[in-house]
Amino acid sequence: MDLDPLLLSRIQFAFVVSFHAIFPVFTIGLASFIAVLEGLAFKTRNPVWITLSAFWTKVFAVVFGMGVVSGIVMSFQFGTNWSNFAQASANFLGPILSYEVITAFFLEAAFLGVLLFGRDKVPPGAHLASAILVATGTFISSFWILAANSWMQTPAGVEFREGVFHVVSWSEAIFNPSFPFRFMHMALASFLTGSFVVAGVSAWYLLRGREVEANKKALSMCLWLLLFIAPAQAVVGDFHGLSTLEHQPMKVAAMEGHWETSGDVPLLLFAIPDQENQTNHFEIGIPNMASLILTHDWHGEIKGLNEVSPEEQPPVALVFWSFRVMVGIGVLMILFAVTGLVLRVGGRLWRTGWYLQGLRAMSIAPFLAVLTGWFVTETGRAPWLVYGIMTQAEAVTPSLTGGMALFTLIGYIVVYGMVFTAGVYYLMRVLYVGLEGTEDEHVDESDRPARPLSAAHVPFEIDDSGANPANQGGH
Amino acid sequence: MQPFDLAIIWAGIIGFGVIMYVLMDGFDLGVGILFPFAPDEQARDTMMNSVAPVWDGNETWLVLGGAGLLAAFPLVYTIFLPALYIGVFLLLAGLIFRGVAFEFRFKARTSRYLWNWAFAGGSTIASFAQGAVVGAYIQGFETANGVYVGGALDWLTPFTVLTGVGMLAGYALLGATWLILKTEGELQEWAYRLATPLLVAVLVIFAAISLWTPYVDELVLERWFSGFSIIWVLPALTLLFAFQIWRSVRNRSEAMPFVSTMGLFIATYLSLLVSRWPYVVPPNYTLWDAASAYNSQLFLLLGLLFVIPIVLVYTAWTYWVFRGKVKAGVGYH
Ligand code: HDD
Ligand code: HEM
Ligand code: HEM
Repeated sequence: MDLDPLLLSRIQFAFVVSFHAIFPVFTIGLASFIAVLEGLAFKTRNPVWITLSAFWTKVFAVVFGMGVVSGIVMSFQFGTNWSNFAQASANFLGPILSYEVITAFFLEAAFLGVLLFGRDKVPPGAHLASAILVATGTFISSFWILAANSWMQTPAGVEFREGVFHVVSWSEAIFNPSFPFRFMHMALASFLTGSFVVAGVSAWYLLRGREVEANKKALSMCLWLLLFIAPAQAVVGDFHGLSTLEHQPMKVAAMEGHWETSGDVPLLLFAIPDQENQTNHFEIGIPNMASLILTHDWHGEIKGLNEVSPEEQPPVALVFWSFRVMVGIGVLMILFAVTGLVLRVGGRLWRTGWYLQGLRAMSIAPFLAVLTGWFVTETGRAPWLVYGIMTQAEAVTPSLTGGMALFTLIGYIVVYGMVFTAGVYYLMRVLYVGLEGTEDEHVDESDRPARPLSAAHVPFEIDDSGANPANQGGH
Repeated sequence: MQPFDLAIIWAGIIGFGVIMYVLMDGFDLGVGILFPFAPDEQARDTMMNSVAPVWDGNETWLVLGGAGLLAAFPLVYTIFLPALYIGVFLLLAGLIFRGVAFEFRFKARTSRYLWNWAFAGGSTIASFAQGAVVGAYIQGFETANGVYVGGALDWLTPFTVLTGVGMLAGYALLGATWLILKTEGELQEWAYRLATPLLVAVLVIFAAISLWTPYVDELVLERWFSGFSIIWVLPALTLLFAFQIWRSVRNRSEAMPFVSTMGLFIATYLSLLVSRWPYVVPPNYTLWDAASAYNSQLFLLLGLLFVIPIVLVYTAWTYWVFRGKVKAGVGYH
């Protein structure tokens, strides 16, 4: 059998980066939530805020730890599997990715330790300041990495000479055309992720009657925030799409399942794209809607996939369906936020079992939306890696054989499978032990800054005295 | 015009990062290599506690090195990583297992033995892979037009196996002398007993590597044997440090064995560098061939100049906070 190193590298990259991505989106959102909690604790001196903050900081620590572990792999992927790309783009990507790593270290070194272990050791103001700085730092980190990715989507500020990109304007390259939209969209996605996870977990505790006062407060905060950011995400997403239409029309054509350039384009709700025959089956759509959304004109013309040869088209079905899953979840999120308001106004929020159960289920929705969103973005630019300049096939490591790529692909799946099963299992344990376990903890001598996970003092196995979770805090 | 030769500055930064990494992650990897042979489970607890506060900070130098290479010497990055493809995977897998084991072993009870294996296995694989990387670097890479054109396992030769084993022995020695410094009682006694045999193993393997290297590459042969040169100071220093280790272990000094082992590593490292200078991708490319554009090197340098001092101060502070002996039973439960 012939193993294609390009295809296997793509699968491998998609696997490791998707794995990595789900941790940062959560930590970025959660860090801001913790900063707000710390702010409230500082201002009101109400111990509830401290309980909440201490608990969510523990969760943060575990997730952050997994983000670091999976991130280290990412920084070597460019060289191992995409060496031609790394070689060509090093002048820009090298410094940018280094700045991301530097930001992460700087954070770990200076402020994360204080946030995780310093509550009783530094003045409250300093603790609050570190919470804010950690939250800011996660954004700076995503600033760099999204600049790198956006530049690959809409390259700017560079000259391509003798197979190598040379930066002529750092500001143009960093603030390239798709960057502002992607950064906003991603920032909102992080807030949505943080909010829905906190809301879902709080709803679950409320259903079981645990720490009612604190969890009500947390849930209430999340629902207020969602009321603004869920609709905002749809608006930003729309602008994002318009910018994509301008710079990457084939991606939009794939998102819409639009094969032939024409006007009066319907908005497809359902279809089965058939790339081989360059058409859709079982279309259900709203007439003229896509024209209206994308061109703000009822009859507006939209370029179809037939503008390029089939080899230059992205995998349409994947892009088409990923896009629908993301937008579908986005709409669902708005519905949940609005329902929450209605129930709250009616005074029924804390008693409506189905709604709380629904929130519980929704805690995985943002992760699905984030992954499908990235699938749209990344597969939609195929066959390009640096849009319009370098294809994926040109970028792959020349010496890479199918066997090598298969070996590491299986290897990463096995390693991640083992390590992250343990990690996620442990996270579940932390959630199970809950807020009650946060009080009677002492800080160990060997606890220290650079080791986020050690901020969680929950035993790995279920205890012998397992019946009462409240007894399980500490060691 | 370009007022400074940034490539040299960057070579200095990366060279510094590498030796910082080797020394610091070296001893905690060494503790992992020795882990399965420890006298008992309580000794293992203490061993792990002795490095728990610092290992993570130690590894930051590796990531910094990886990203820094891409930015400053992309050619090194894009030839080493494809050439060492399988080895890099093993290295990362080893480091991941070991990093996770650090966290979960202390939280685990019945599954503790699994984390013991993850810690020891991960450390051993990662150390061997690093040694093999050094060997592969000495050996050189098959390239054409700035691209690696060799096979998947070209890096795995008898020579690189030897350097891999040498690295295992060297890190184990660093680990043992670290334990002499940081522990007391039975465990320290055990570490004292290990130090001399490990030193002998290191010297034998290093000697074999040194004798073999000139045959692997002509440049090295010429540099070392075309007459007497100042660089012979380095091997002399290596021997001096070795002697110092042996003597201080016999005299039951506590800090000297570790300090002189670090000296041994630095002297060996410098000998390696002078053998190859200025080739960063032997046998064809010098550091100037491998450098990225001037303005890219400059752009990152500005940030690094700001961050490196902070990382150093922070590192020093951590070691200061956790100075002194690690007592059994204190730390994690
Ligand atoms: C939008 C956010 C985002 C995205 C798209 C990525 N990352 Fe990331 N990354 C982070 C946000 C982040 C973070 C929030 O800054 C992390 C999570 C935990 C941490 O320590 O920092 C992180 C950690 C992290 C680390 C570990 C740093 C450390 O040791 O502390 C590395 C090396 C990378 N990332 C590299 C990458 C690469 C090469 C990516 C893409 C291909 C990537 N990240 C995508
Ligand atoms: C509700 C309506 C939404 C719309 C109209 C929308 C629109 C878009 C578009 C057009 C893209 C592709 C941009 C490109 O590749 O150039 C995209 C990507 C993405 N979306 Fe959405 N989106 C919506 C909801 C969401 C939600 C709820 C989330 C997550 C919580 C999300 C997360 C993402 C992510 C992570 C990406 C990839 C990164 C990026 O390119 O920004 N989206 N979105
Ligand atoms: C963290 C969120 C991200 C996710 C979930 C993600 C997801 C994906 C996926 C699914 C692919 C596979 C596309 C395909 O095979 O058709 C891919 C490809 C790729 N992405 Fe991303 N991506 C992310 C961020 C980034 C960033 C920040 C960069 C660069 C700085 C990047 C660079 C690449 C490269 C080099 C490929 C090449 C492989 C390919 O095109 O198949 N990605 N990504």
